[in-house]
Amino acid sequence: MNIVVLVKQVPDSGSERSLDSSDNTVARASADNVINEMDEYAIEEALTVKESQGGEVTVLTIGPSTATDAIRKALSMGADKAVHVTDEAIHGSCAVQTSAVIAAALSQLEYDLVVCGAESTDGQVSVMPALLSERLGIPHLSGARKLTVDGTTLHVERQTDGGYWALEAQTPAIVSTWDTINEPRYPSFKGIMAAKKKPVTTMSLADLGVDPSTVGLASATSQVLDFAGRPPKGEGVKVVDEGDGAEKLVGYLAAQKIV
Amino acid sequence: MAEVLVLVEVAPDGSGVRKTTLEALTAARVLGEPSAVVLGAPGTAAGVKDTLAEYGAAKVYVAESDDVDAYLVAPKAEVLAQLVGEKSPAAVVIPSTPEGKEIAGRLAIKTGSGFLTDVTEIAADGTATQVAFAGATIVHSKVTVGTPIYTLRGNSVTPEAAAGAAEEETVAVSISEAAKQTKVLDRVVEQKSSRPELTEAAIVVSGGRGVASAENFSVIEGLADSLGAAVGASRAAVDSGFYPHSFQVGQTGKTVSPQLYVAVGISGAIQHRAGMQTSKTIIAVNKDTEAPIFELADFGVVGDLNTVVPAATEQISARK
Repeated sequence: MNIVVLVKQVPDSGSERSLDSSDNTVARASADNVINEMDEYAIEEALTVKESQGGEVTVLTIGPSTATDAIRKALSMGADKAVHVTDEAIHGSCAVQTSAVIAAALSQLEYDLVVCGAESTDGQVSVMPALLSERLGIPHLSGARKLTVDGTTLHVERQTDGGYWALEAQTPAIVSTWDTINEPRYPSFKGIMAAKKKPVTTMSLADLGVDPSTVGLASATSQVLDFAGRPPKGEGVKVVDEGDGAEKLVGYLAAQKIV
Repeated sequence: MAEVLVLVEVAPDGSGVRKTTLEALTAARVLGEPSAVVLGAPGTAAGVKDTLAEYGAAKVYVAESDDVDAYLVAPKAEVLAQLVGEKSPAAVVIPSTPEGKEIAGRLAIKTGSGFLTDVTEIAADGTATQVAFAGATIVHSKVTVGTPIYTLRGNSVTPEAAAGAAEEETVAVSISEAAKQTKVLDRVVEQKSSRPELTEAAIVVSGGRGVASAENFSVIEGLADSLGAAVGASRAAVDSGFYPHSFQVGQTGKTVSPQLYVAVGISGAIQHRAGMQTSKTIIAVNKDTEAPIFELADFGVVGDLNTVVPAATEQISARK
């Protein structure tokens, strides 16, 4: 089975994250960049499917030339090769535009299954898999907490509040994963060393046949007009419980008219 | 007056229109006259029409077909795109749920439009407010092409009743084969809760690693019940098996923005803060005075949650 996993390198949410005031885009150059958390579950699922069905796992990412950590992590976990689409013209693209670039890249790869995380921690638009499904005309099985492959038939348990929906579709298809689907493996030392020799192909918009005027800030379908740091919360009240902690808490709730 | 399409979210348990829809109808009024769109199996509209009228729906488009529920998401996007094409609305407002966002994205591509997700407010000129980076940054955005599509974050807009004509119009539904590729074989309920839903609740009481066991979560539930609140859990608590994943609040769980958030035995790591930082009032109970959660809290108690919380629950119940 040919499996493509989509990964994204994002600013680490444990560090300070910001928008670049020169063009209101996510500040990527100055950030500590890591692999998007949800993608690790997608990679793990892709590897699990490969282990049971045979085949190959290709990592696909779009990002600045520095977006190599995410690729390396995926290759260390066991993916076979990677495609890195990078082009300055893509900077500032909205989700709709980005989906066109990913779709163009996928059209150049052979795939039975595309796996990706259900959302990324920077933009949190959470819609990429649906956009790709729409563009490529393939079924989307979203929010997977369990994936079963039976030849060309896919069964997914789609996570819902308090339960799940049982989904079925035929490959080729795109599955987006939730963090309830598995426990991502830690790369082994052997995996990390092997990753260095795995092929990483770099592609530009020209390689994909995508017109640069259709991507980037100027032609984006939505734009950030302005942004501001949230006003910091005023100093809160902190009390130490000396047998009266509960009373003070309830007193606070009463003052706020909550009880 | 400009027409704004509002996608209706019907609760699966038969309790009617979800609060998110009332919020969306209210938000839509800033842009124009809301027309509610009911997409579902035959009979769905009958049960919800009155509520839609009470919250200002000038029109109710009824698009009912077994196909809508039998296949995942794509049919709904297709019918909405058809309506956008026919009615040329000023905008489309959809409750921001995983399904709502998928519909919004597909609709954007189908209609050549832009879309903005998780907006907390929409202004009359179409500018939307969004919150980025776990609440650290407030952003104003605008759609630049086509029909603006917004998904509205739950609990951001207060629903306001307004009398609406709710004039019904039946929409012919014919779903293409392309939209029928993902079948929904079954919808399974594994746990029913009588407590308010996390993303809709006015008050949330969450437990973290400090709760120490699944049994001890009854302390959290006790406080929640005394306040009529929803129960949440930190990732650490869920990973330790103290509470189910569907109650997880945080970066890989739910994002909530209630009037009051009570964090009990939660340290306040960024993974958790990402899911609750925009709550209006935050209270923390933790035995560690250095816990980062206290930086966020409007009111904090440094103490043992096993003493403080049950006592507080008792006092609150006594006041009723």
